[in-house]
Amino acid sequence: MATADQTRRIIHPLLVRVAHWINAFAIVCMVMSGWAIYNASPLFGFDFPRWATLGGWLGGAIAWHLAAMWLLVVNGLVYLGYGLLAGHFRRHFLPLRARDLLRDVKDALTFKLAHQPGIYNAVQRLMYIAVLLLGVLVVASGLSIWKPVQLDSLVDLFGGYDVARRVHFVAMAGIVAFVVVHLALVLIVPSTLLPMLSGRAPRHAGKKPPKQEQQA
Amino acid sequence: MSDKKKVLPKNRELQPELVQLQRRLFLRSGLSLGALSLLSGCNLQDGDQVDKVLWAMSRWNDRVQSMLFRPNHLAPTYPASMITKPFPFNAFYDADSAPEIDGDTYKLEVSGLVRDKRSWNLAQLRVLPQASQITRHICIEGWSAIGQWSGVPFRTFLAHIGADTTAKYVGFKCADRYYSSIDMATALHPQTILALDFGQEPLPTEYGYPLKLRVPTKLGFKNPKHIAAIFVTNENPGGYWEDQGYNWFSGS
Repeated sequence: MATADQTRRIIHPLLVRVAHWINAFAIVCMVMSGWAIYNASPLFGFDFPRWATLGGWLGGAIAWHLAAMWLLVVNGLVYLGYGLLAGHFRRHFLPLRARDLLRDVKDALTFKLAHQPGIYNAVQRLMYIAVLLLGVLVVASGLSIWKPVQLDSLVDLFGGYDVARRVHFVAMAGIVAFVVVHLALVLIVPSTLLPMLSGRAPRHAGKKPPKQEQQA
Repeated sequence: MSDKKKVLPKNRELQPELVQLQRRLFLRSGLSLGALSLLSGCNLQDGDQVDKVLWAMSRWNDRVQSMLFRPNHLAPTYPASMITKPFPFNAFYDADSAPEIDGDTYKLEVSGLVRDKRSWNLAQLRVLPQASQITRHICIEGWSAIGQWSGVPFRTFLAHIGADTTAKYVGFKCADRYYSSIDMATALHPQTILALDFGQEPLPTEYGYPLKLRVPTKLGFKNPKHIAAIFVTNENPGGYWEDQGYNWFSGS
C-alpha cells in the first residue's frame, strides 16, 4: 500500500467518497419512492412508469421515502458540514468566474473540454453548486409538505402547500437532470469512476499535481 | 406478518364481533396487497428484513412527529371564498357504497377509560358547544382541499364523558367498517372537532354523516367518517390503513 500511496495521490478524501455513495443510494430510494407517491395523485398530465417506482403501493412508497429521508438528511448534513468547515467546497467549487464558465461551456459543446482528475472545470463547479442548492431546496420543500401545519411558516415561504409541492417536484427534476448528466460524463470519461471508489488517481494523469487534499 | 400483528387492535374494550370484522378486513386487505408484493418486494407486506427496517423507521417517525407536534399551534385557516368546490370524495370504496345512516336512531357508543359510558344521540351532540373552522384537508396521496367543518370540539366531548386524558390513545370504529386512532395530545388539540356539519349543512353521506372526526393536524385518512364508537385506551388500536403500513402518527 505504501508504494501505491507514493505513486497515486488522493483526489477524493474518504469522507467524501463514503458520503457520495450513501447519497447515491439515498437519492435513488427517494426519487423512486417519490415517483410512486406522485403517481397516487399526479400533479401534471403523466405518471411515472411502475418499474421506476419503489415500494409497491402508496403505503410502501411512503415508508421508503420517510425512512430514506433520514439517511439523506444525516448524510447531507455531514457532507455539508465537512464541505464548509474543511474548505472542501471552497477548494473545489470556487472560484466560479463567468469568463471561465463561458470558455468551458464552449469547449464542452465542441467536445474539447479536457478532464483533469481532481480539478473541476467551471461547468462542473456550476453544476455541483447548483445541485447542492437544489438539495437544500428539495429538503426544505419536502419538510414543508411533510409538516404543513407544524412548519407552516416554511410553507408560507414557498407560497402555500400546493406551491411547495410543485417546488419539491421541480427540485427533484433538477437533481435527476444532474444525475443524468453526471452519469453520462462518467460514461464518457470512465476513468473518473475508480477514484470515486479508491480515492486515488495516477500521478501522471494531471499535468501538475493540484493542491492536495489529504485524507484524515 | 408478525410485525403487523403487533399493531393490530388488542383492545379489550372492542366488541367480539368487531374484532372478527377487523380480522376479516385484515385478511382481505392482506390478499389484495399480497398480489402487489409479488410485483415488488419490500413493501411492508411480506415481513422480510427490509420490511422490518421500514416498520421500525415508521415507529421512529411516530416518535419524532409526536415531539414535533405543538399542542396549541393552530393549523392555518382560510376565508370562505377559498373553500374547494366540489370537495373531493375519498374512501376505500366508491361514493355510492357510503353507509346510509338513520340520524333518528343513530347512537354514538363510548367505551374504555371514561367515567360515563352512556351512548349519545345527535340531539345531545347538537346541544354541546359548537365550533366551526375552515381548514385544509391534506390527503396522504398529496392532494389537498379546503373545507368548512363544524361540530363539538373533541376536547369538550372528552371532558363530558370524563375521559382519562392521561391515556395514550383515542380509537374510532365506524359504520363503514373503517377504524382509526389518534394520540391523546392530538385529541385535545383545540381544532380537533367531532364534526356534525360540512359547510352550513349536516354532513352529506359521502363526507361522513352523521359524525366525522375532523383533525386539521393529521392527514386525511386519520379523519374517520360515519363514527359509530369512540374508546379511550392505553393500547394502540391501530387503524384500517395504519395496520397495512401507513405511518400511524401521520401528523401534518
